[in-house]
Amino acid sequence: MTTGTPRGLSPVRERLPNGATVIARPSRETPAATIVVSLPAGAAADPPGLDGTAHFLSRMIDRGTGSRSGDEIADLLDGRGVSLTVSATRHSFVVSCTCLSEDFPVILPVLADVTRNPSLPEGDLETRRGEIVTAIRQDQDNPAMVAVEEELALLYPGGHPYGRRVKGSLDSVGRIDRQALEAFRQARFSPAGLVVVVVGDVEAPRVLDEVGRAFGDWTGGPVDPVAVAPPPPPDGRRLETFPMADKAQADIAYGFNTIARRDPAYYALLLMNNVLGEYALGGRLGDSIRERQGMAYYVFSAFEPNLGEGPLVIRAGVNPSNVDRAVASIDEEVRRMAGEGVTAAELASSKQYLVGSMPRMLETHAGIAAFLLSCEQFGLGMDHDVRLPGLLSGVTLDEVNAAARRFLAPERATVTVAGPGEPRGVS
Amino acid sequence: MGDALPLRTAVLDNGLTVLVQEVHAAPLASVWCWYKVGSRDEAAGLTGISHWVEHMNFKGTTHIPRERIKGIIEEFGGSWNGYTWIDQTTYLETATRDALDRMLFIEAERMANGLYDPDECESERTVIISELQGSENDPDQLLEIEVNAAAFKAHPYGHPTIGWLPDLRRMTRDDLYAHYRRYYVPNNATLVVVGDVETDDAIDRVRRRFGEIAPGEVPERRITAEPDQLGERRVVVRKEGTTAYLKVAFHAPAATDDDFFPMLVVDAVLTGAKGVNLWASFRTPPPQRSARLYRALVEGRLASAVSGGLMPTADPYLYTVSVTAREGAPREAVERATVAELDRLAREGISAGELEKARNQLRARLVFESDSVTNIAHQLGYFETVASAGLYLSIGDRIRAVSREHVARAAARVLRPANRTVGWFEPLPRGESGDGGLA
Repeated sequence: MTTGTPRGLSPVRERLPNGATVIARPSRETPAATIVVSLPAGAAADPPGLDGTAHFLSRMIDRGTGSRSGDEIADLLDGRGVSLTVSATRHSFVVSCTCLSEDFPVILPVLADVTRNPSLPEGDLETRRGEIVTAIRQDQDNPAMVAVEEELALLYPGGHPYGRRVKGSLDSVGRIDRQALEAFRQARFSPAGLVVVVVGDVEAPRVLDEVGRAFGDWTGGPVDPVAVAPPPPPDGRRLETFPMADKAQADIAYGFNTIARRDPAYYALLLMNNVLGEYALGGRLGDSIRERQGMAYYVFSAFEPNLGEGPLVIRAGVNPSNVDRAVASIDEEVRRMAGEGVTAAELASSKQYLVGSMPRMLETHAGIAAFLLSCEQFGLGMDHDVRLPGLLSGVTLDEVNAAARRFLAPERATVTVAGPGEPRGVS
Repeated sequence: MGDALPLRTAVLDNGLTVLVQEVHAAPLASVWCWYKVGSRDEAAGLTGISHWVEHMNFKGTTHIPRERIKGIIEEFGGSWNGYTWIDQTTYLETATRDALDRMLFIEAERMANGLYDPDECESERTVIISELQGSENDPDQLLEIEVNAAAFKAHPYGHPTIGWLPDLRRMTRDDLYAHYRRYYVPNNATLVVVGDVETDDAIDRVRRRFGEIAPGEVPERRITAEPDQLGERRVVVRKEGTTAYLKVAFHAPAATDDDFFPMLVVDAVLTGAKGVNLWASFRTPPPQRSARLYRALVEGRLASAVSGGLMPTADPYLYTVSVTAREGAPREAVERATVAELDRLAREGISAGELEKARNQLRARLVFESDSVTNIAHQLGYFETVASAGLYLSIGDRIRAVSREHVARAAARVLRPANRTVGWFEPLPRGESGDGGLA
């Protein structure tokens, strides 16, 4: 099987004197470049009582700088077919875009400008607040979103950073003012935590040169990492329903807390999850609930380890009359996985899939940039693409099955259901 | 992608069109098999059958048991999928180049040897109804279905690709199998291979896998052309919800109409250019901060989002502007501002600066949406199915050739009040039921 060259991506990684990290990976496959600018300023760092600050800032940051108005930035980007994607994840604040490579020297300074010198215009504040409020209201009307958000709130209680909504609540967003955004930015935006990844049709020395020019004179001290404590273990099984009478379908989330990305059990759990809820359209869960029982259009499990311990959440959308049957089927597959583990053939297939999918994952500029950023953020090394096949291949059946036993148990599952139906309490 | 060799087209003796494009950037190959059958080919009582047939074509063939068909390409690290829309049904695999023969084998099996086990057909019925109900949970999708149905009173583009629920409940295994046998013939299909392959070798492999499949009678399409719309139509969906949504849809030119590319420019000016890749374009937001409708609605604090949708289609379809009303914004004001911008463009056309910006945006989006063997293969097959692969290859020239005058003509033709259907989703507070149904 082809898995790429032994040399792998071989990106250039340099540290600027101000502490910023630059990663450049030239690729001439399309005459374009993907630029990703990341700062350690995600929602986990939201101040107490002001959930949604990082997200609010992501809506505001490109609306003007000390030297450019919001309209000027819009005209400059739109005229080149470029749209910035600005997002706040749990731990990161990320500004990214793809541009034609001929536009790279113009676009990179704009990204630097909005990151370093946002003016956060007061006049935009209420416009953006209205958009966020509308988005939160849309989420409240989306059963899949309600099920997942409530699942995370139960798995990570007491204000845990992974249990809070990234967008915040209607209340907290109502309280965020310009001062709060500016204070957050001052505290979390610094070259010491900055990572800039450029993948595309631009030579590495030029990337280093341009990034140095755009960010090299930025000064600032270190940014404290956000401590993420392990959540309390669940007392037992929990099941909560969230009635949404006028909807056609019910959405189920069924999950557990698991591990951090750097946990030694990571690769075993990744493979176990692939067998359980990913391989060939939903793994064992897909085979049972979609293929054999015809109950759901979608069913899968998502494993999301992070800097702290992250969740494994099984999700399905089913007819309201099938909720109990679907949850029982998930219970059965979870119990079977914990009790019997995976088979040698299943493990071999999942290994082949995950190793064999790497050329596809690393085909596009955006795919390579996302991979390299995660390597940097989790400290995996710039040769991780070369080592990954070996790390996956080396996982044993015993390790996978030990991971399944350690994390999966229906009696410890946290289950949320949103959609038509009567409310039910803890069971 | 850089340094690509010319596209090679071949037609096998059985009528199968084969398109091969070498791209050697990564050790990958993408195979797509396209059928000229979609929801526009569905008669009353059988709406949704093309999409259901697509689902059945992942349920096993004579030589690939059901439990193997979804994993067979993942062993090569590959991805696979399929979709059905108004003009087309298509299937794809993208995997390492050494899986090329296996990908071709899967598609040949799918064309000729689908099992259509009666129990599997029944089991899939509820999966598809679940898919339908999942989409109904989204008020925006619910509204889209109602607006499209109101916009078309004769042409089958008016019914949803997933079908109407009563048809999904009644359709039989024999209906599905007859539809499959009628349309899944080599002379109604296009097989596309893009990637790290050698063209002659790829065509030989295609011939070995598909050459023995017998051609069929290519079904004659007898489709009612949509008569001119004579006046504005309106549809209002009232249902429990939190947010109001507006759609304004106009009958729009087909892919081969001279006005299609000028209308892409119109959309770029109104909502930012998306490009023309149904598979990839909508995954990244359009450059729209300076677009007319964004400035009027989002910056005007009337909407939280606005988008435009215009896709190349075989027959005239729709250009649809979709607006998410901002919490608390008066609906009348949202609609008034939306329509005012549409009317202004129809009346006054666009400026030279706007034309240049739209061209630049489209040029960039065409590069961005062709960044993988999967995306290139999609575009070749898509255009060959709804129009011709040649049209795809000429897009850059056609966009460069668009003039302000042509944009003005196209906008005046399309963005007319009598040509539009206006749809609203009006959210009702929790506990209140709508007036939209008898149930």
